[in-house]
Amino acid sequence: MTQSASIASCDDLARPVLRERGQREVFCGLTGIVWLHRKIQDAFFLVVGSRTCAHLIQSAAGVMVFAEPRFATAIMEERDLAGLADANEELDRVVDKLLERRPEIRLLFLVGSCPSEVIKLDLSRAAQRLSKKHSPAVRVLNYSGSGIETTFTQGEDACLAALVPDAPQSEADAPQSLLVVGALPDIVEDQFARIFADLGIKDVAFFPPRRSTQMPAIGPNTRFLIAQPFLGDTARMLEERGARRLPALIPLGAEGTTHWFKAAADAWGIDAGTFQRAIAPGRDRAKRALSRHRDALQGKSIFFFPDSQLEPPLARFLAQELGMRPIEIGTPYLNRDLLSAELEQLPADALLSEGQDVDLQLDRCRAARPDIIVCGLGLANPLEREGFTTKWSIELVFSPIHGFDCAGDLAGLFARPLARRAMLRV
Amino acid sequence: MKLTVWTYEGPPHVGAMRVATGMKGVHYVLHAPQGDTYADLLFTMIERRSERPPVTYTTFQARDLGTDTAELFKNACRDAYTRFQPEAMIVGASCTAELIQDDPGGLARALDLPIPVLPLDLPSYQRKENWGASETFYQLVRTLAAKQATPRPDGARPSCNILGATALGFRHRDDVVEVRRLLGLLGIDVNVAAPLDATPADLRRLPDADFNVLLYPEIGDVAARWLEKTYGQPCVRTVPIGLGATRDFIAEVAKIAGVDPAAALESDPSRLPWWSRSVDSNYLTGKRVFIFGDASHAIAAARVASEELGFEVVGLGAYNREMAREVRAAATLYGVEATISDDYLEVEAVIAALQPELVLGTQMERHISKRLNIPCAVISAPAHVQDFPARYSPQMGFEGANVLFDTWVHPLVMGLEEHLLTMFRDDFEFNDAAGPSHLAAHAPPPAAALAASVSEITWTPEAEAELSKIPFFVRGKARRNAERFASERGLPTIHIETLYDAKSHYTK
Ligand code: SF4
Repeated sequence: MTQSASIASCDDLARPVLRERGQREVFCGLTGIVWLHRKIQDAFFLVVGSRTCAHLIQSAAGVMVFAEPRFATAIMEERDLAGLADANEELDRVVDKLLERRPEIRLLFLVGSCPSEVIKLDLSRAAQRLSKKHSPAVRVLNYSGSGIETTFTQGEDACLAALVPDAPQSEADAPQSLLVVGALPDIVEDQFARIFADLGIKDVAFFPPRRSTQMPAIGPNTRFLIAQPFLGDTARMLEERGARRLPALIPLGAEGTTHWFKAAADAWGIDAGTFQRAIAPGRDRAKRALSRHRDALQGKSIFFFPDSQLEPPLARFLAQELGMRPIEIGTPYLNRDLLSAELEQLPADALLSEGQDVDLQLDRCRAARPDIIVCGLGLANPLEREGFTTKWSIELVFSPIHGFDCAGDLAGLFARPLARRAMLRV
Repeated sequence: MKLTVWTYEGPPHVGAMRVATGMKGVHYVLHAPQGDTYADLLFTMIERRSERPPVTYTTFQARDLGTDTAELFKNACRDAYTRFQPEAMIVGASCTAELIQDDPGGLARALDLPIPVLPLDLPSYQRKENWGASETFYQLVRTLAAKQATPRPDGARPSCNILGATALGFRHRDDVVEVRRLLGLLGIDVNVAAPLDATPADLRRLPDADFNVLLYPEIGDVAARWLEKTYGQPCVRTVPIGLGATRDFIAEVAKIAGVDPAAALESDPSRLPWWSRSVDSNYLTGKRVFIFGDASHAIAAARVASEELGFEVVGLGAYNREMAREVRAAATLYGVEATISDDYLEVEAVIAALQPELVLGTQMERHISKRLNIPCAVISAPAHVQDFPARYSPQMGFEGANVLFDTWVHPLVMGLEEHLLTMFRDDFEFNDAAGPSHLAAHAPPPAAALAASVSEITWTPEAEAELSKIPFFVRGKARRNAERFASERGLPTIHIETLYDAKSHYTK
């Protein structure tokens, strides 16, 4: 189902990229709510959408039925589609009801969906209106997680980009401060924070914050490191407020993490000795942990279906530190700017593809017969049945994989399916 | 707009997918944005299907809107036909595509494909999954089965169709096997079972049967009615869940087919009656059970619970309003008010207020029960991966009755063990916090479940301590009774005496 496919060569990128526009087999940006609502503990995510949207989040969340989750869907019905005035009134009513029920909520995101966008329901106006109404107890922001605008992890980008203007302005003479951008599991943040402390970088904040009331100040004194590759819009918003990005690899694996910390150390003028002392223990632990997986992974070929945009940094890590051979590295969207350091380090013979035409990609994958395939939940079991070994890509988004102390676990995620296939005699 | 936390049913196009995926040789081209492809994982992960659902999504994006979404749809249809070579195709729109009004039916017709192409009109903003499955099956049957019945030779065995089973159905796979077996015992041939495992060619043969057996009214009723009207095929409507219902089913089939049910009834291999009469089951007597699910499963479960296990049905409900009337009628049999709701929070509130000793529900109620620390067994969709067991595990027929006994009784504390827990409740090793030995994790009840319920009534520390000595599986009831007793008498504080006064007051 190829609407168009082309091999393009970008000026700033010396390698060809296969671009496809056919059927995509990926989640929409609403999915990010599943991890974002765990991260920002006083925020509520209200999707304005359809029963499909509600069903998507519930299916992606799987068994994670929390006491009463901090997300919900305002499901539009026939009569909401009749006239826009009604839809706005209805939305106000739903929000009133929700906030009455959940008085602990401080930040409410109205999350746009395909249906709300197609009927042009203006959620940014609604957010302003509702913010005024419920201030100061609750702030109301909006972003789009719709499938026509966002793919999977782009929902997090849209959410964080919406959050940037909400952060206070830092003092004009404030000293240089560091912002780590991208939702990370708390345990990873804590590991990172310890290393920043050892480096002597004191003013470090994480974005998004764990509570919306602890929003870090942002301004020209802000230097930021992105921890996730899919945060293009967020980075742009931060830059508009004068913050400056420290270009680096994504902190995956021993090398990626070292490079990432180095970018901060350089910006703070930290000497090589201090850097070594701060980094060495974690780096050594990571190397030891990785060496345990090298035999299982060395020389194994790997094929990535597009999913989270984490594919290029993952391929870099697996190739560089574990000797794997990426055949195709699919990504839903290739952010050339944020990933420039990553792309330089990717093996030259791997095909980089952007977008998707799932049937054609399956054809290529079958022909390449990779040792392991990274793909979404819709494809994994059918490919296993065909005799392939797979790794569900969504686990790479839901698990702690960043930094030194998760590097071994990250390698383990790829080694386990291979080990299992080797073990089974059924 | 309706505020929804969890939904019992997906959108109607997921129902259509359940029909298409259950069948062979049907392909579904769905005009939908990329996120809607999540539905594939319901089949590949939850049901562990080894093939991708036969669905092509157009995955249009914002930049396509207003320019070439129609062209996109046509290309998708053409490519899907070329690649998958289906015998029949269904085409339709998801909620978003419904708004952009590209007319998938008209576009597909214009392609003039050499196979039947059915346009589906599934209003996403009004209807839900079961309705979508029902409508899809009906449209397929209507379009494909339109022919005269093939005359059969005199003296041929009676034959019937089995209607309603789909992909992702709760135990549909095994129910069909079990019902085929029952029909075999009666000397009746199965002409076609559909939609599950049927091809479009099979649907063409539907009129050849003498009658229909409707297993899942939520999905097959509309098609069954049409077949009845068009081909005069009578329909067996007893859902054979439970021993009594299985016997009734056999009798109804025998009557319609004109065969003798005696041999089939006598062959009854069900262990349920003896398991239920044996002394260990004494403790099941009057267990207060709350039942919720799709209407057919919930109604059937209530009968089994009450007549075959000796439970007390304290609540009965369903999430599909389409069958509210039937559920209300059943609820009056047990003297309870029916809960008709697709609002998860409302169902949770009803369960919390009733404090039943067992919940028979869906995956949603399983989660509610876990939180409230009430034993639960799943009896209906929506289901999760553990509801698709590797073993043969039907709900229907004689074997189904055995399965029901095991799966409903298992979550409860076993009879003898319950006595021991009561006798030795103060023993330091054999206390209730250790939990029943056969239940997973031996988990003590979570603190939340022990916390005071709604009232402003306070408990003295002595009364709280006394309450904690009561075995956990009746503690909720004891707390509720004491609080009700106190509030009815305007007592602000519960002392040990209040607790025992309430106990004697509510002891039947
Ligand atoms: S793709 Fe659009 S319609 Fe589908 S779930 Fe995502 S936001 Fe909702």
